[in-house]
Amino acid sequence: MWLTSKIKQVLMVLKPGVVTLKYPFEPHPVAKDFRGQPSWDHHKCVGCGGCAVHCPARTIMIRDVCQDLRIMLYDGARCTYCGRCADVCPEDAITMTENFELATNDRNDITVNMELFMLTCQRCGRCFNMETTNMIDKMGLRGYRYDNLEARAVIPKVTEHFDEKLLEESDRYKRPQK
Amino acid sequence: MLAKLCKKAFPKSLWVYHCNSGACNGCDIEILNILTPYYDVERFGIKVVASPRHADVMFISGAVTRPTLPLVKKAYAAIPEPKLVFGIGSCAIGGNCWFDTYHVTGGADKAVPVNYIIPGCPPRPEAIIYGVALALGLVDKKASPVELKQVEFPVDMYQNNKAYEERNVIYQVLKN
Repeated sequence: MWLTSKIKQVLMVLKPGVVTLKYPFEPHPVAKDFRGQPSWDHHKCVGCGGCAVHCPARTIMIRDVCQDLRIMLYDGARCTYCGRCADVCPEDAITMTENFELATNDRNDITVNMELFMLTCQRCGRCFNMETTNMIDKMGLRGYRYDNLEARAVIPKVTEHFDEKLLEESDRYKRPQK
Repeated sequence: MLAKLCKKAFPKSLWVYHCNSGACNGCDIEILNILTPYYDVERFGIKVVASPRHADVMFISGAVTRPTLPLVKKAYAAIPEPKLVFGIGSCAIGGNCWFDTYHVTGGADKAVPVNYIIPGCPPRPEAIIYGVALALGLVDKKASPVELKQVEFPVDMYQNNKAYEERNVIYQVLKN
């Protein structure tokens, strides 16, 4: 009796065959609409900062080092891969790639650093229209931003005109210790 | 140096202690998923053990919350040397959306030293297998920092200005 049941088991196992993937040695394609690491196209990017405003993990940081140069840093360490940045990008400069093999021993390996040249208005010399400024507009963080890239911290302060004092202040920024 | 040490210390198998430090269970389910016959990490000798004293490797999932912080430290201290720590998921690596909230220390690296990070929210089971295989030296590292620079715009501007000057007769007259 026990032998027949064993033979039955063997036959049951033979039917599906080996299902185990040979994954690390053979690639396994991802499912459709899988969201992996976002990639930036710096030719299309206009530096509006919409991705940095909408990022729920605040992992995209923007620093204006001068009037015309804006540095954007994407720190993949705390990215949720929600695809919000790709949704809000007006120029479709961000695409969610299918790259998921991001395991490293150095957290700087999953960062994207971008240097963007900002076009200032020829008439008023500012980057954005800040004429109708109110508190709700300021919550959207338009204007010049001074995030600290070393501490990976978003500093929720913006100015209408470029301010060197705020840039120095953000250089001295340290995370609150617990 | 760490990679060499790994190759010497773990030539055959890794025994894994899975430490949930306040995760949402997404990463935990993916860690259990790699033990299923479909992914079957036991072919690399990886085995999940119940006690940190039996383990070589700690998988941390979740942003380390304040109640779990001393427990994570104790569990890390209980693992015999040499040991490796894998941060699994965005929470364990950088704290995800909760990196600066009041009751979260903001990532496992604030509590214990993290050797390897596996990003994802949650990471695919393949991504976890890839991370473990990376530590074992079976695969090569694929991630690298990206630096992008816009250089077209000022060049364009310069050319546009030049074309404008050539187009307008007044600049030619001024030059002469």
